[in-house]
Amino acid sequence: MSELQQLNDSLGDIDERTDQYLTFLLGDEEYGVEILRVQEIKGWENVTHIPNTPDYLCGVLNLRGTIVPVVDLRLRFDMPKRTYTPTTVVVVLNVGEGVQRTVGVVVDGVSDAHNILPEEIKPTPDFGTTVSTDFIKGLVSIGSGMMMILNIDRLLRVEALG
Amino acid sequence: MSIDISQFHDVFFEESFEGLDAMENGLLNLDEGAADVDAINTIFRAAHSIKGGAGTFGFMAVSEFTHVMETLLDEMRNGQREVTSASTNLLLEAVDVLREMLTAVQQKTETDDARIADVNGQLEAMLAGEESQTDANGIEIADVPTTQENNTQPKISGWKINFHPHKHLFQTGNDPVRMLRELASLGELTSQLDDDGLPSFTDLEPEDSYLSWQLTLKGDIAKEDVIEIFEWVDDDCDLSIEAIIQEPTNVERAVENLAKQSIESPPVPEPESDVQQQSQDKIIAESSKTVKAAVATKKTASPPATTSIRVGTDKIDSLINLVGELVITQSMLSQIGDNFTPTMLPQLIDGLAQLERNSREMQEAIMRIRMLPISFAFNRFPRLVHDLSEKSGKKVELKLSGEQTELDKTVMEKIGDPLVHLVRNSLDHGLETPEVRLAAGKDETGIIQLNAYHQGGNIIIEIIDDGAGLNEEKILNKAIEKGLVDADANLSPDKIHELIFLPGFSTADVVSDISGRGVGMDVVRSNITALGGSVEIKSKRGEGSTFTIRLPLTLAIMDGQTIRVANENYIIPLISIIETLEVKNSDMKYVSGKGELYPLRDEYVPVIRIYDIFNLQPTTTDLEEGLLVIVEGEGGQKIGLFIDDLLGQQQVVIKSLETNYRKVVGLSGATILGDGTVALILDVPGLMALYRDPSLATVISNERAA
Amino acid sequence: MANILAVDDSASMRQMVSFTLKAAGHTVTDAADGKQALDIAKTKSFDLVLTDVNMPVMDGLTLTRELRALPAFKFTPILVLTTEAGMDKKQEGRAAGATGWLVKPFNPDQLLATIKKVLG
Repeated sequence: MSELQQLNDSLGDIDERTDQYLTFLLGDEEYGVEILRVQEIKGWENVTHIPNTPDYLCGVLNLRGTIVPVVDLRLRFDMPKRTYTPTTVVVVLNVGEGVQRTVGVVVDGVSDAHNILPEEIKPTPDFGTTVSTDFIKGLVSIGSGMMMILNIDRLLRVEALG
Repeated sequence: MSIDISQFHDVFFEESFEGLDAMENGLLNLDEGAADVDAINTIFRAAHSIKGGAGTFGFMAVSEFTHVMETLLDEMRNGQREVTSASTNLLLEAVDVLREMLTAVQQKTETDDARIADVNGQLEAMLAGEESQTDANGIEIADVPTTQENNTQPKISGWKINFHPHKHLFQTGNDPVRMLRELASLGELTSQLDDDGLPSFTDLEPEDSYLSWQLTLKGDIAKEDVIEIFEWVDDDCDLSIEAIIQEPTNVERAVENLAKQSIESPPVPEPESDVQQQSQDKIIAESSKTVKAAVATKKTASPPATTSIRVGTDKIDSLINLVGELVITQSMLSQIGDNFTPTMLPQLIDGLAQLERNSREMQEAIMRIRMLPISFAFNRFPRLVHDLSEKSGKKVELKLSGEQTELDKTVMEKIGDPLVHLVRNSLDHGLETPEVRLAAGKDETGIIQLNAYHQGGNIIIEIIDDGAGLNEEKILNKAIEKGLVDADANLSPDKIHELIFLPGFSTADVVSDISGRGVGMDVVRSNITALGGSVEIKSKRGEGSTFTIRLPLTLAIMDGQTIRVANENYIIPLISIIETLEVKNSDMKYVSGKGELYPLRDEYVPVIRIYDIFNLQPTTTDLEEGLLVIVEGEGGQKIGLFIDDLLGQQQVVIKSLETNYRKVVGLSGATILGDGTVALILDVPGLMALYRDPSLATVISNERAA
Repeated sequence: MANILAVDDSASMRQMVSFTLKAAGHTVTDAADGKQALDIAKTKSFDLVLTDVNMPVMDGLTLTRELRALPAFKFTPILVLTTEAGMDKKQEGRAAGATGWLVKPFNPDQLLATIKKVLG
């Protein structure tokens, strides 16, 4: 059973108004994306580098016959790069409002899925966050910590990928 | 026995729509005056077939409508009527109406009766307008009732028939025996043979007919039925048919006399006068015009979604072959499985490799079935351009090339509308009126070209016009007006051209009927991007514009040569490789402003260091440690690519980079190798462009997110 | 049961005629134009020929004339399928050597009735 399915199963009944978010880790911080945008989670495999592209674009990989670009989120967020190991995770996302594209992102690890009510999402302050506020939809308190919900459509739009 | 002929309806519809296309093409290519008889004949035959088929299958309205068209065409092919642009245009409209009628019948929807009546009226008016020999025989005149059969007729108990076939009756394949047989089936037949005409045996010609008969046929049989039997031979025989009258009884005679006095022959209804008919037609035509305007000017119901696809038998045959190979592989693997021992491992691996090859080939063969020539999408343009040209008063010639270029069926269906919009745009905004063109020293007739060809893993469609080109000033001003750019922005012509793709942009002062309203270039672009493609514009003021659409082919197979450079593998299309050489540093020539050149026989070939233009870390920069691959680019230009090593050759399936990423200059796509990894395919023209202008490399340099 | 050659450039007509005649037990060979039919006729004989008039490459009347010139078809019944045109068309057919005609549009029953007239 895939990790996603496991995560899904671990959840009980949910309030209909809630949306589910998958959280993943980069360094000390937790980020979230709507679970509906997550196509799958896979382990790291070698990608083919594309010449003349930004360093955060690792390259492309073969996802069952389709060519999918992979973005290193650490580098995208100007964090120091980590070496990839067999436990490194690639989250494959469906990006875009109208025309959807498939893009993979490299993260440190995947955490839980959370059910969030819309009112729990707070606006992002102008300072204090690692990532530019342009790419964050809002903040949510999770336990003792904070989760930043990413605007992946902006973050991973074509123009941003080189 | 009753046979259900509705099973043949589908074929009828298919061939009728094809026939309509043929008619349309024929009409568009007709020259005025006394036209090409062959061409008109083809158009006539198509109409004739549709009429016949429609009649046979019970679609009477279609048959009647087509009849009038057919009559007009018949007059044209007989030389009784001149071919004028009025008649051609009317017939073209009639073709449209007929297409709608057939679609309605096929889909069991309603027809636009007002329009049908209108066009029908116009056709009949055109027919009546000139004195032509043939009657407008589509109009059924009310039957003039024959004088009633009443008891004044003596009762007929049978017929006396004299049947004398002429000598050569047999030569039409007829045989008197058949007639006699049929007569016998109508009633009681007695015959008397007359062999007076029979010559002596030696003079007898076996192929001639010498016999005749006197026949008596008893029964209550109508004369028409008797006449019908001899219908085919009435010219080839002497025939007399006399009634055998049974004398009426006295009672009957008395009744007769009484009846005679009170019977009046019924009045024959007057045929409607021509004048009345014509004014009626006019009224119908006028009122239907207003109805037409009120009725949705919306286009006709979209054509029935094609549920079938025509496949060449060669594609099916290759599929059958592949299935055969798959069966062989399966049985081979099955054998290995039955008695498997570890020593058989190499065979197992071979078998599995073969299986992979079989399944991949089958997948490709099946996908190839969905590929159709782009002519299906191009076919609507001759008519469209013709109509637009008439409407706008501009003279336009349409040139098509590459109609056989294949692409996926679904992509083709979706690219139709964007193409139409671009062609309309070229005609509306690009091409000038004949006067303006002449004043500019151009030919009166503008040219619009539609080209299609394969390039790498893409299909390229070009829409080229030789019109006025984009008016950069006007575009820039409009963009500033709409707040799409800053007033002081300094934009290059290319960047200004791109502005037309912005949402809400339109420089038309009056929304013209031709280009439609609000459907802007932004929709065209997004439709194309949705297909994984791109559209670009190149334009020169006064000379014209070129729109280039690039679409990924869902399937493209290519022979590739894998090369290694800077610790990366790339694939070069084998077809572009001319040769591979080892070079010596002493051979090289250096020209300032032109870089490194290698003398290859009688020309100098520029050398491109791939690691340079791709900004990679080279393993070596010494030409003598690697190889030079001479490839051919656009326009026959040769370049030499400096690589580390040649690896293997294989057939690769080209995958699009643009679906999820974007077009990268220097790459035409990617492929998935046998081990599942991705290899990038080099695009020679792109490499040449990068070499000349390195700034093309990055669209945006690293964008910081933090 | 007869051997029939059916010639018509319309696929739907060919299908209808073929199907109808085969269902009645006859053997049917079809052709899409006069030339195809003539080529077939040069290698095979038939009990009856049915041909449309308006066809590309070679029309029905020319086909009739050509067939009559072949020894095997001198007396073979040839029926032309014609639309309800005037007597002049029928005369033309006869002048070309046709045995008779069948008026379009016709339904399967009419077709079979006419065939019966000729074949018995």
